[in-house]
Amino acid sequence: MTGYILKRLLSAIPVLLGITVIVFLIMAMIPGDPATAILGSYATPDNVEKLNRDLGLDKPLVAQYFIWLGNMLTGDFGTSFALNRPVLDEVLERFNATLILAGTAFLICSVLGIIAGVVSASRQYGFADKSITFAVLLGISIPSFFLGMMMILFFSVNLRWFPVSGMWPVYGDRNLWVLLNHLTLPALALAVVATGVIARLSRSAMLEVLRQDFIRTARAKGVHERGVIWRHALKAAMVSIIPVLGIQAGFVLSGAVYIEMVFQWPGVGRMLVDAILKRDILLVQGGVVFVAACYVLFNIAVDVAQSLLDPRIKT
Amino acid sequence: MSLLTLTRRGILAGGTALALSLGANGAAAQTPPGVLIVGQIAEPKALDPAAVTAVNDFRILMNVYDGLVRYADGTLEVEPALATDWTISEDGLEYTFNLREGVTFHDGSPFNAEAVVFNFERMLNEDHPYHDTGPFPLAFFFSTVDTVEAVDDMTVKFTLSAPFAPFLSNLAYPTGLLVSPAAVEQHGADFGRNPSGTGPFRFVEWRSNEAVVVEANPDYWDGAPELEAVVFRPITDANTRTAEMLAGGIDLMVEVPPVSLSEFEGDQYTVHEQAGPHVWFLILNAKEGPFADKLVRQAANYAVNKEALVNEVLEGTAEVAAGPTPPAFAWAYNEELEPYPYDPDRARELLAEAGVENPEVTFFVTEGGSGMLDPVAMGTAIQADLEAVGFDVTIETYEWNTFLGEVNPGLEGKADMAEMAWMTNDPDTLPFLTLRTAAMPDQGGFNSGYYSNPEVDELLEQARVATDQAERAELYKEMQAIVQEDAPWVFVANWKQNAVTSDAVENFSLQPSFFLLLDDVVKN
Repeated sequence: MTGYILKRLLSAIPVLLGITVIVFLIMAMIPGDPATAILGSYATPDNVEKLNRDLGLDKPLVAQYFIWLGNMLTGDFGTSFALNRPVLDEVLERFNATLILAGTAFLICSVLGIIAGVVSASRQYGFADKSITFAVLLGISIPSFFLGMMMILFFSVNLRWFPVSGMWPVYGDRNLWVLLNHLTLPALALAVVATGVIARLSRSAMLEVLRQDFIRTARAKGVHERGVIWRHALKAAMVSIIPVLGIQAGFVLSGAVYIEMVFQWPGVGRMLVDAILKRDILLVQGGVVFVAACYVLFNIAVDVAQSLLDPRIKT
Repeated sequence: MSLLTLTRRGILAGGTALALSLGANGAAAQTPPGVLIVGQIAEPKALDPAAVTAVNDFRILMNVYDGLVRYADGTLEVEPALATDWTISEDGLEYTFNLREGVTFHDGSPFNAEAVVFNFERMLNEDHPYHDTGPFPLAFFFSTVDTVEAVDDMTVKFTLSAPFAPFLSNLAYPTGLLVSPAAVEQHGADFGRNPSGTGPFRFVEWRSNEAVVVEANPDYWDGAPELEAVVFRPITDANTRTAEMLAGGIDLMVEVPPVSLSEFEGDQYTVHEQAGPHVWFLILNAKEGPFADKLVRQAANYAVNKEALVNEVLEGTAEVAAGPTPPAFAWAYNEELEPYPYDPDRARELLAEAGVENPEVTFFVTEGGSGMLDPVAMGTAIQADLEAVGFDVTIETYEWNTFLGEVNPGLEGKADMAEMAWMTNDPDTLPFLTLRTAAMPDQGGFNSGYYSNPEVDELLEQARVATDQAERAELYKEMQAIVQEDAPWVFVANWKQNAVTSDAVENFSLQPSFFLLLDDVVKN
């Protein structure tokens, strides 16, 4: 198993190098440069040239790339032009906020999605199944940013139950309770679509398992129906549910961009959007590389988990 | 089965209880009295006045720092601040300022002539030990400054390399705000996150992406502020900012989107409006194509229904512009100018006179940008107006940075007209950078439409050298009349900045400078 993990980690290196090249080239190719973005109306050729020199953007592209890559390997991601602070500090702080949001949403959608799928499958074509299927269809069809705005209007502006935006209150103590208060709406809005997808796929995975012989055997030997479904069938179905969870984790993480914009959550997605608009090259590059590295590691973790669950997968 | 049902019901009940109790907690969050919470449009870049360029950052800085001079309340006229008075030499090259006695920076260090010299040397002198705390993108505001010297402890003298009348206005601009040399020496490049000035509020903390907090400076030389503290919250999404205002999470909201204004009609809100030194216009390519003919340029001015644009598209958040200079520069504005009326028939006549019934024009539109208001909707309405009198308009839309990259180097070979907007702090800046023959793009200016009139060039040069304000005003007024007649642009709108305050906020008013001054504001 250790060998397998090592092999997977090694194979991630060219992927990450490829990502650095792509993100660097994209930032170099998009029109508009940081100096123009900073100077705005005052971007005369003279001023732009001077500012580019100050920012170190007057060197040839290839040199810029290798300086950036070299610095990054030593842990120096550079300094953000627009925020005037080290890229790594900003990315770590923001990523932490995103993890809290996406992690909570992921927890919600996994638990709710699997429960809904299992209940649905165990009462196929019953009332519960039909209502869950309908709810799932509705959930999948609503864009999360729209749902987020509606939730703000209803729960924050009209009912004033939850704060509109942000992660912490401007005033007062910072404790888990306050965080949950700020987290509830964005995490729910973010979880809705993924919950639907997970519920659908859990349902079909369960239905497939429930038709198999060992389920009939379990029932025949007198296992309680609840035991059949939650212990025997769900365990077998998890093999096909876990990859779905992996994909949905990625989806939740990327979907966080919209939710972070709507709820002004100080996460990495909102950071990247702002940074792109300001042509904050180093922050975009550093942020993308960091997030991509996390994706790659997460995918490896999912594969490893799957091979642990299912001995048929060769390691 | 009963256990499952019970559990399920239990989960449901627990969840509801959780949601309710979380909600109860949220409702308790009200903003405390004496503390003003401001909804800003973005995270500031830095709190170092020499290093920043955005109005958003200026809104904080103007409350933490002072300059030698400032704009008098409600005007764009310069009055004393940290300088009590000044003299200007006959040739307009030497400015000598007497400094205010007994002022200290928030860090306790004294304000004196050496501090002023340090500030300008840091920005302008590449050999200064703290020049590397930059870059200072707007340092060119003071590019005519040759030397800054401390005559004595409380007198400072600026020597310019050429007469430059806007110098005083530029000193009133945030780039001219004065920072504590001791704090720069202590924090170096991190000064932007550890600011220290002399202003009515002193810096407390900056929580990244959450808030900048400042508190009252009880020793402020111009009287301690009424508020205990101000919190600036960055809320980039305009809809979320509106929702925060409606939910009571902020007390003051800047840059309300026109479509959201109707949300704030109730008694518990006050909507503030203030016209500023802003002008929104269409650059016309006077070098080639149909707009090379003055008659066609005038026809475009008659054809565009500016009233409809400001009232319908912008929901009354702007006024119709008459010429190149915004009326906010009251002293330099030519009151006799009337905007081109909306007269499609006159436009058709002019086109016929010019011999072009159906000129084809390419129109650069941007998706949005600093001061651009609602550029896509405005561009489409303008296209419709122009087509109604016979123009054949093709729109090309660009993202803001790309747009600037296309427009600033000049429209030749690419387009016949382009949207543009400027906010300036002196009546000199915009025409000097965009309407002179010597400001063509290949000479480093912004005259992207290649307008050239030797008379205008002459007037602008004279106005720059004149140090008497009345004399400058006459020159600018004459320039405005000529430019309006020549129509190098379609003059469209002057934006009114807006803000909303809750009923707990008193004594707040917006400034024509677009700065946010909070030292007299009261929050109950």
